[in-house]
Amino acid sequence: MAKVVLPELGEGIDKATVSYWYFKEGEKVNEKDDLVELATDKATFNLPSPAAGTLSEIFFHEGDTVNVGELLATIEE
Amino acid sequence: MEFKVFDLGLVNFAKVWLWQKEIFEEVKTGLLPAALILCQHYPVITLGRSAAKENLKVPEAELRNKGIQIYAIERGGDITYHGPGQIIAYPIFNLGHLKKDIHLFLRQLEEVAIDFLSDFGIHGKRYSGLTGVWIDKQKIASIGIAIRHWITFHGLSINIKNDDLDNFDLIRPCGMDIEMTSLETVLGKNMAIDNLKENLIRKFKEIFLIQEVCDGQSSLTRIR
Repeated sequence: MAKVVLPELGEGIDKATVSYWYFKEGEKVNEKDDLVELATDKATFNLPSPAAGTLSEIFFHEGDTVNVGELLATIEE
Repeated sequence: MEFKVFDLGLVNFAKVWLWQKEIFEEVKTGLLPAALILCQHYPVITLGRSAAKENLKVPEAELRNKGIQIYAIERGGDITYHGPGQIIAYPIFNLGHLKKDIHLFLRQLEEVAIDFLSDFGIHGKRYSGLTGVWIDKQKIASIGIAIRHWITFHGLSINIKNDDLDNFDLIRPCGMDIEMTSLETVLGKNMAIDNLKENLIRKFKEIFLIQEVCDGQSSLTRIR
């Protein structure tokens, strides 16, 4: 199982808001597919999928705030 | 790092939106090291990812009557207006080659605008938590970006001319009751956007410590 974790985004940035999921739970994803879009300040950015597999569980939904290092989702390989 | 400048002149937002994505792919594949698109837009309202519909103060039909287009786009931030009186810069930079720091990049874009204004003896200010550049309580430069694979697109707009500042009254810019100002308003004289482009390019070079690509000819390529 691969973990999708909010990585370091720069100095002083400790959280971001989920703005868009490109996939739903249960859908197949490829490695490096854009998985989720997040926003901080006046910027949006994407997290790519760390592995190929099925997006098994999403822990933070659109509008939710996530801290750096927190688990956003899991991918069943 | 080197970058190529594309001066597109006055163009439709949608056209440059697509064009940005094409250049983005070239930067992603390494075909281009980095790019800076300069342009002006025909009147357009864009809604960023955190835009609330109520920040558009008039019905969409009224915008159509005025010939103002509206798009929901992937940049950060709320609602804004762009028109021919603004100079717009879209840096397509790979932060992997600079610094992987999203807020630093936003602060650097503010620095570009602050230094650009400072050449005219104007003191542009930042307010913590309110990305953009301000002259006292009025906003002169707006910022909204998107980052994919650590490559940036969308960017910075600076109000230069007075002509279409009134169109900001159609919205609540950035979701707030903000008053906008322009370089012409502050200086009290006419300014030609074409004469300001080189100033802006120079500020990008200084702030990001990047060099313009030289093709043997002028690297300021005009594409229509």
